[in-house]
This record gives sequence, C-alpha cells and structure tokens, in this order.
Amino acid sequence: MSGSAPTSSAAGLLGRLRGADLPLLVAGGCILVILCAGATVNGAFLSPHYLIQQAQVASFLGIVATGAMLVILLGHIDLSVPWTLTAGAMLGTGLAGTAAGGAVAIPVALAVGALVGLVNGIGVAILRIPSMIFTLGVNAVLQGLMVLYTGGSAPPSTAAPLVRWLAGGHLVPGLPNAILVWAAVGLLCSLMLRRTIAGRTLYAVGNRERAAYLNGMPVRRAVCGVFVLAGMCSTGAGVLLTGYSGKAFQGMGDSYLLPAIAAVVLGGTSIMGGQGRYAGTVVGTILIVLLQSMLAVLQMPDAGRQIIYGLVIFCMLLLYGRQRAAR
Amino acid sequence: MSAHPASGIGLAVRHKLLPILAFVIFALMFGLYLLLQPHGIQTSVLVTASNKGALLALVAMAQTLPVLTGGIDLSVGAIVVLANCLASNLVNGTPAQIGLGVLAVLGTGVLAGAVNAMAVVVGRLQPIVATLATSTMFYGVSLLLRPSPGGEVDDDFASALTGDVWGVPVSLLLLIAVLGLLWWPFSRSVTGRGLFAVGSSDASAFMSGVPVGRARASAYLGAGLLAGMAGLLLTLIAESAQASAVQAGDFTLNSIAAVVIGGTSLFGGSGGLVGSVFGAFILRTIGDLLFVSAASPLWQPLFQGLILLGAVSLGALPLLRVRNRLELFR
Amino acid sequence: MSDATTAVDARPLLELQGVVKRFGPVTALADGTLCCRPGSIHAVMGENGAGKSTLIKIMAGVLSPTEGIMRLDGREIAFSSPAEAQRHGVVCVFQELSLMPDLSVADNIGITAPPRRWGLIDRGAQLAEARRLLRLVGCDDIDGRERVRDLPLSRRQMVEIAKALGRKPRLLILDEATSALTADDVGRVVALLKRLRAEGMCILYISHRMHEIRELADECSVFANGRHVASFPFGSRTEDEIVRMMIGRPLSQMYPPKPPAPRVAPAPLLEARRLGWENRLRDVSLGVAAGEIVGLGGLDGQGQREFLLALFGCLSGVTGEIVMDGSPVSPRGPRTAKADPMRLALVPEDRKTEGLMLPMTVAENLSAATLSRWRRGPLIDNRRERQAIEEMQRRMQIKAVLDLPVATLSGGNQQKVAIGKWLMLGPRVLLLCDPTRGIDVGTKQEIYRLLRELADAGTAVLLYTTDYDELIGLCDRVAIFRDGHVVRTLEGDGITEEAILSGALAMGGADHGTERAA
Repeated sequence: MSGSAPTSSAAGLLGRLRGADLPLLVAGGCILVILCAGATVNGAFLSPHYLIQQAQVASFLGIVATGAMLVILLGHIDLSVPWTLTAGAMLGTGLAGTAAGGAVAIPVALAVGALVGLVNGIGVAILRIPSMIFTLGVNAVLQGLMVLYTGGSAPPSTAAPLVRWLAGGHLVPGLPNAILVWAAVGLLCSLMLRRTIAGRTLYAVGNRERAAYLNGMPVRRAVCGVFVLAGMCSTGAGVLLTGYSGKAFQGMGDSYLLPAIAAVVLGGTSIMGGQGRYAGTVVGTILIVLLQSMLAVLQMPDAGRQIIYGLVIFCMLLLYGRQRAAR
Repeated sequence: MSAHPASGIGLAVRHKLLPILAFVIFALMFGLYLLLQPHGIQTSVLVTASNKGALLALVAMAQTLPVLTGGIDLSVGAIVVLANCLASNLVNGTPAQIGLGVLAVLGTGVLAGAVNAMAVVVGRLQPIVATLATSTMFYGVSLLLRPSPGGEVDDDFASALTGDVWGVPVSLLLLIAVLGLLWWPFSRSVTGRGLFAVGSSDASAFMSGVPVGRARASAYLGAGLLAGMAGLLLTLIAESAQASAVQAGDFTLNSIAAVVIGGTSLFGGSGGLVGSVFGAFILRTIGDLLFVSAASPLWQPLFQGLILLGAVSLGALPLLRVRNRLELFR
Repeated sequence: MSDATTAVDARPLLELQGVVKRFGPVTALADGTLCCRPGSIHAVMGENGAGKSTLIKIMAGVLSPTEGIMRLDGREIAFSSPAEAQRHGVVCVFQELSLMPDLSVADNIGITAPPRRWGLIDRGAQLAEARRLLRLVGCDDIDGRERVRDLPLSRRQMVEIAKALGRKPRLLILDEATSALTADDVGRVVALLKRLRAEGMCILYISHRMHEIRELADECSVFANGRHVASFPFGSRTEDEIVRMMIGRPLSQMYPPKPPAPRVAPAPLLEARRLGWENRLRDVSLGVAAGEIVGLGGLDGQGQREFLLALFGCLSGVTGEIVMDGSPVSPRGPRTAKADPMRLALVPEDRKTEGLMLPMTVAENLSAATLSRWRRGPLIDNRRERQAIEEMQRRMQIKAVLDLPVATLSGGNQQKVAIGKWLMLGPRVLLLCDPTRGIDVGTKQEIYRLLRELADAGTAVLLYTTDYDELIGLCDRVAIFRDGHVVRTLEGDGITEEAILSGALAMGGADHGTERAA
C-alpha cells in the first residue's frame, strides 16, 4: 500500500544481487584467488591437465552435493551420506562381480540409494522425526549392515570395467567421463529446480511446509522423493568412486558429508531451506575441491590444512552467510 | 476451555514427561545389564559404567545448551578432542601444575565456545554451518597439539577422578556437582531462562526484552566449558590422547542422539540437561548390553544402529493422536 | 468534550516530531508526529501500510528512527531496544504475540524482571505476581503454571496484556490487541483500559474496529501513506470524515448490495450432513448453494474454523457426510479437495504461515495452487503461467512487482495474493477463514466486492469472520456456531446484531431455529 511498489524495483535489484548473486560472485572470486595463489607456488597449478584432474575429483563431490542441496532446499539435512555412499559402493562392486560384466553395479547402487532414501523420506515425511536425527540413525544402521556384509574388513571385490570407464574413461578425448556424468546430473537437477512442478513444490515446501500443504501440493511425496534422489546421488557417487579408486573400502564416505554441506552453503543455499540456485552449488563444489587441493600442493602439514580450510569457510560465511539483523 | 486448573504435580509431570520416561528406560536397561554381566554388582562395574556414562553425559549436556536455544553445536566433539589433546600435554607434574593444566584445558573449552558464540551472536551465522566450520579449525589445532597419538596424565590424579569414594563413582559425583552447582542456578537465572525463551521464539524473546544475545552466547560458552570437561575426563579415562576426526564426529553425533532421547526438542525451547544425562546413559547402556549379550561382535553395530533408530522413532508416537493434519506441518 | 480539553492541558508524556524511517530506498514512515498525554486514550487510525506499525515499533524501541525527534517528559530520548523502552515505562502489546509458547504463563509474564531471591528467580513470588495480573485483566481461570502453547489464541492475547501490565507501564500501546479476542474478553479489556485511564495511564490504542474506538478514544490521530494527517479530540469529527481522511471515501459504500432472496431456496452445491470431529464439531448440518454467501458466526473458536478445515479434508476422523452435487465425497486433503469434481479453495486464517510462502515471489505464490495447469510435457510453460498471473494481478489489483518476495507487500496486498492464488483455480466453492483480519478499510471493501462478484458468477462462498459487521453487511445467510453446534441460522433481514449476539451467547432460547424476516 505504501510507497513500496514504485521504489521497490531498485530495492529488488539490490536484493537480487545480495540474495542470489553475491555468493556466486564471492565464491567465484575466491576460486580465482586460489588459482592465482596456487600458480605462484607451483606453475603446474594452472595447467589444463591439472585443472581437468581437479574437475574429475570435484565431480564425485559435486554429485553428492547435488543430493545434499536438494535436501537442504527442503529445510532438512541428510547425515546418512557417508554410509549410504559406502553401501552403494560396496554392494555395487560386490554384487556386480557375480553378474553380467559389471553392468549391474550401477543399477544395484542406485536401487540401494533409492531404498535408503525412501527409508529416510518415510522417517522424515511421515513419522515427522527431525531429519538430523533420523538420517543419523539410518547412517548407523547402514554402518552396521555393511560391517555385517563385509565381515568388518574391506570387501575383496573390485570395480567392474564399465564402472571404471564411467569414472575414468574418455568418451570425449581429454575429458574424463566422471565430469560428463556430473554435468548430466547437474543439468537435470537445475532443470528440475527451475522448470518443473516438482522443483516449484520443493521450494514451496522448503519455505513454508504448511502453506505448501494447504496449496494442495503433495508435501509428503515431495519430501520422500527428494530423499530418494539424494540417496541415489550418494550411492551413484559411491559407485563412481570405486571406478576411480578401483575398489570400495570402509569409511570411504566419511570425507564427503561435511564438504558437501559446505559446498552447498558456500554456494549461497540457505541452510534453513527454500532458497538457493544450483549454479551456486557447482561453484561451491569447485571452490572446496580447489581449496583442498591447493593446501595439499603447498605441502602444508595436516594441522595447518585443517585450520586454514575451516578458516576460509568461516570467513566466506561471514561475508554472505549471515542472517538479517533484528532491527 | 482450560477452565479446569490441573494440580501442580500433574502439570509438572506432564511438562517433564520425557525426562522421566528416559530415566525409567535407563533404569530398566541398567538393571538388565547388572543382571546379565558376569561380575556381579561390584564397585568396579559401577565405576566403569559411570565413567563412560559420565563422559558421554557431559558431551550431551554441552550439546543440550545450544539445542535449547534452537541452535546446534556440531563442534562439541572437536572441542572434546581438542581438550583431550591439550590435557595430555598439560595435566602433569606437581599439584600446582596439574591445577593450572586443568584450568587451561577448561579455559580452552570456554575459548572454543567463545569462538562459536561470536560466530552465532555477533557474526549472525547459522549455528549448524558456523560450528561445522569451527569444528574443522578446532580439529586442526588438536592435530597441532598432538600430531601422533600418545601423551600422558598424572596417574594419581587420573585414578582419583575416575575411581570411587566409599563405593560411589567420582565421575558420577562430578556429574551431580555440575548439575547441582552449575546448571540448577543457571537455569533459574534470567539469562538461563532466556535460553528457553530464545529457543521457544526468538522474535518474541527480543520483543519481550530478553537479553537474546547474552542468552545465546551463554549457551555456546557453556557448551565449550562442558565439552572441555568431557575432554579432560576422556584424558583421565584413556590416559592418552589422539587427534581423531572420527572420534570427534562420533561424540558429536552421539551427543545429538542423547539429547533427543533425553527429551529435548531439536527445535528448541523445551527440554533440559537432566534428560540429556539419562539419554547419554541409555546410549551407553545399549552398548554395554550388546557387549554382555551373546551377540556376535559383527552384529553389534547393526543392533546399536537399530536401537538408536527405534528410540528416536518413538518420538513419532504422539503423531498417532494428531487429528488435525495441519498440525503435522511446520 | 470537557474530557478532551483537560487532556490537552496535561503535559505530554511522549512526543514524536517528524520521525522518519527508511528501509533502504523504501520510506515506511515519512512524517511520524504524535503527542500522548497521561490519563487519556489516544486512538491511532489509518489503513494498513499507513505507517502505524512502524511508528509503534519506533516508540517501543524495536526499530530505531532514521530521522526525527522523540521526547519523553519533555527530554529528548532514543530507545536502543524494547528492553530500554520498557525501562522508561513504554510498553507495547504487539499484534503478533510476543509470548514464548514453551514457557509457562508465569514465566512469560515475568520474563524480563522476575522477582529474585539470592540472584535467582523466585518462582513462588513470580507465580503469585502472575496470578495478581491475570486477575487484574479478569482471567482468573488461567493457571500460571500452564504452558502458553496449551492455551487457545484468545487466552494468549489476554496473557499478553497481563504481561504488559506487569511492566508497570506509563504509556501502554495496544496494537490490534483485541483482534483475536472473544466478545467477552473485549468487554473486559475495554473496562480495564477505562480503569487504567482513570488511574492516569497514557494509552495508545490501534484498532480497525470502529466501535471499540468509539467507546474508548479521547483523542484521535489519523495516518495515511506514512504521514500524520491530523490529530483531534475524538467526537470533533464525524466517523465519515475520519474514514475519508484515511481513504478518501465515505463508509456507506462499504458493502456491495445483496441480491434479493430467491422465493424457493436453491439446492445446495456443497452440503455437510451431521458432521462431527473430536469434540469440536457436533452434528453440524449446513449447506451452501451456488451464488450464495453463507457466513459462519458466533464467538471465536466455536468450531467454525474446524468446519472449514473438515470440508477441505485437513481433519482426519471426521464423522458424518459431505455431499457435493448430491453425491457424497470424502476429501482426504487439500489435494483432493481442490481437484476437479469438488474444486474447493480455502483461504486460511494466518496468511503469513498458512496462506503464503513469504520469501517466494508474488508470481510463484499466485500460481502455487494451480501449477498442474501450466504443465507442458515434463516442464512448466512459463509463458502461459505468466499470462495467467498477470491477468490475476490486474483482476485483484495487486500493487506489487511480481518478481519480488511476497513478504515485501503490505498486509492487504498479501491477502489479495492469498485469495488470488485460489481464484486462479476457478473454484466452485470458496472457503474463507477471517480474510479481513488486520486489513485496512480500503482493501476490505475490495474483498467484499470481489466476494459478491464471485457469488453472482455462481461460486458458493463460505465465510468465517469474527467481525459482526461483515456477517450483517455481506452474507445472505448466517449460521451461528456455539460449542461445535450450529445453534441458529439467520436469513435476509433476520441477520441483525442482536440476533447474532443472542445466538452466540445462548440468549433468547431460539436455538436450532431459522429466523426469517416476515
């Protein structure tokens, strides 16, 4: 009613810049700084070979982060990533060894992911247990199942040729297929978020679940579906990883949960749900991988690496992850 | 509508139903454990159970404070490990040195809590991501303090604090002291009640003139202090230290589980430290029960996970009574 | 009049001169000028978005002004927080309740300055104080140890008032503080405020309800478009003049004319038969025909809300029958209720948490209930969706940029979005739950006209409202709810304030009857 309508286009522009593009700009700037800093220490840092290798490493995290982002957009969190990923990898390689040339590994892993996601979704959407605690429990159960399955040691089976090709082969010369897989997953996800009813429903549920329900949106189905997708992202990344490293092992998922969440948040997605763009998650993923890589290149001791890693994330959050002030 | 004034005791029971339930479950489980374990009811059995229970209970209490404000502290585990690594270097030598060492360890815990408090209150960061970032930093510092596992603590001091006085485990007394001398007065102070107020509705709390920032900051400071104590206790129990990210993660995750089992709402506003203590004891006893039962060790992680999942799923029971579907949605 | 002259003579307690508040480039308050004196009730009036809320928030220390002067007892002052304002005796009862649901009533009342012993909160003394204050506002029935969460909305609002009084205010600000109260409680509050005025308190009263202002106000200040228009002793201007100051239109055209009642009652489009749910709905039989506006009346919280939710499929365990077009239907949720045979729409009570997704854009909110219409293959057809949204914006006259978050809109425009969203569906039955609460007169009038147009076009409208004027002015039929029953149905000229009140309060003994003008 007041003067807000005519004057608000300027405010809106500013708001948009702050809301969506600031994280992208800052994270992009940080990537440039890291690349330049890396180049001064080691010239190979800017070589195409090294960059493509980093992109390949990033694609695994990127796929996990895609799932994490969908869940975070809903206003939930999936802490079952570590053992979902590991379970997908172990069952994928384990069962594929006995079946047709390894082609089965991928559907098996995706099915495992979908199943885990469904359990998560049922717990969160239907039993209404806070996702933080329910996915934690699912993670523990999966760990127990995998200990039972492998007898507590690394499974002997190795990745099938097809999986190896998918992770490290080159459909396009010079470009590892893992990057293509990530690109495909990312494009589909981005399209879903921006142009489909499912995407709109997801944002609506993340912003205000009750209003979404009263709109007649399928809230429970959306939550279940997103957890299923997230589970499939985790196990998909897991099986790709086995193609990259040759085999599945205990704890292979441990180093993916926190970086994935960090990548999503650094990409400007609100941890409270409802706001964020997929491009941000891509930039966040690249940033995290490059940061880890540069700290490794600098041959920094592990302690310093951890501190700087935490500090950089912390400072970037201070730059744009802040909530609005009360007054 | 609510014209029938319920009796005071009835109201109190209704408001404290979850912690009471947690206590009953713990008592049943621990009773079963005492029956099943082979050594009979001995002081040593109690002391071991109490030490392990008190350790997790301290971490769970640390976690409870931020959760009450509607936040969370994902760095409690890292602070425990940090305090552990520091204590393995400092808590040694003459009594004066030991005393100073203990103070330094607790002070470090508070300092770590202060970093979190600054991030959340001054930096206005979401607690979940802020403490995620700080936990990495704290872990890095732990690595700096103790690059490889080891270290030692003063033997007498360790056995004194992890032993018993006339059959009562010292760690249990320590826990009771923390509850009685720190939590009880704090929960009845204006700042302490502010914790609940902020968690219940931070906008309302601000409007009502509650010192919102102070309440929130005190939660993270308190969490740091309690996690520091847990780190100290861990050092005294293990008599060594290790900068382990896995251990830190386990502590954090178990603390959240204990908080939930103890009846504190993850959305903030309701619950308390006492419930979390029982929640932690329940979690510990699950492990002990599995250990004494004849189950193959390979099955134990699965059972532990299933029981954890089952316990938190019990929280869904009230949903069965919800007849207005609107109430199901936030 | 003599009242007012003495009030003018008294020294002002709080004075605001030319106070301005800007949020970035948006000016929320362009000229805040106000002068409150002890021992008087000062009504502040204006449409939504007129700057009243901003003005109050500045006085209460929630916002700090960009420019301007505020004087307390003649000394210039600036409050940095609500706590500081309270220390100076400026206490506000906010429209959005400032209670903490998980804390007990006593804890809420004593939240900032509880009685203490050895530095710790003395719970016994706090409870006694809470009881004293609850008795003061006439709510002895509330147990101080009860959690606020367990109280119904109207009781919470009374707790809120008791809490404010506990701060020993010199200036008490009530911002729409009676909007959720039952008629009974409004009476109590009015009596209380008169008593406090006699004791010398200065009271600032913000309300959209004219009859309350008529009863209470000594002085009156009108705001429009963020500016102070005029201050005058109440009674020195007619109500029409005041309304014209606020919106520039006389009050008489408030409601569109009703169509003449048909000779033979039309067959109902949607009918509830012996509907029951928990103990909130008992044996409710009520129908609504196409082209009819049926009002649900009675005191607040007598089952009206539950009735609408039951029709919309939000309640489980409903007994009885819902009949549409003569055949029974069983909506299992909003999704089936809005789907084709039924095509129901519900504008819920709380637009901020139920009606809208505040951070999403106006456009996204407008199309949220009808997304499947714009589907083309797996994707949303952006162009067609946009066209429909723009058309709805024109139809509803929503003054907003479509791609800004709906949170940036004024309350009235937000409500238009919440209603417009459902009009996109072309509903056969429109259910509304208190759609004009806290909305300015201008928008109210637009909504009334819209509802009548919809009815004329063949929509069946079920309207629950707490405002008796709306039942009388707008509805073709009114069903009075009491304790989960429909106790009385009024029609045509039989819809009078007396009939509504006597039905709501169980007077007159004409229950289960239909009053029709002879």
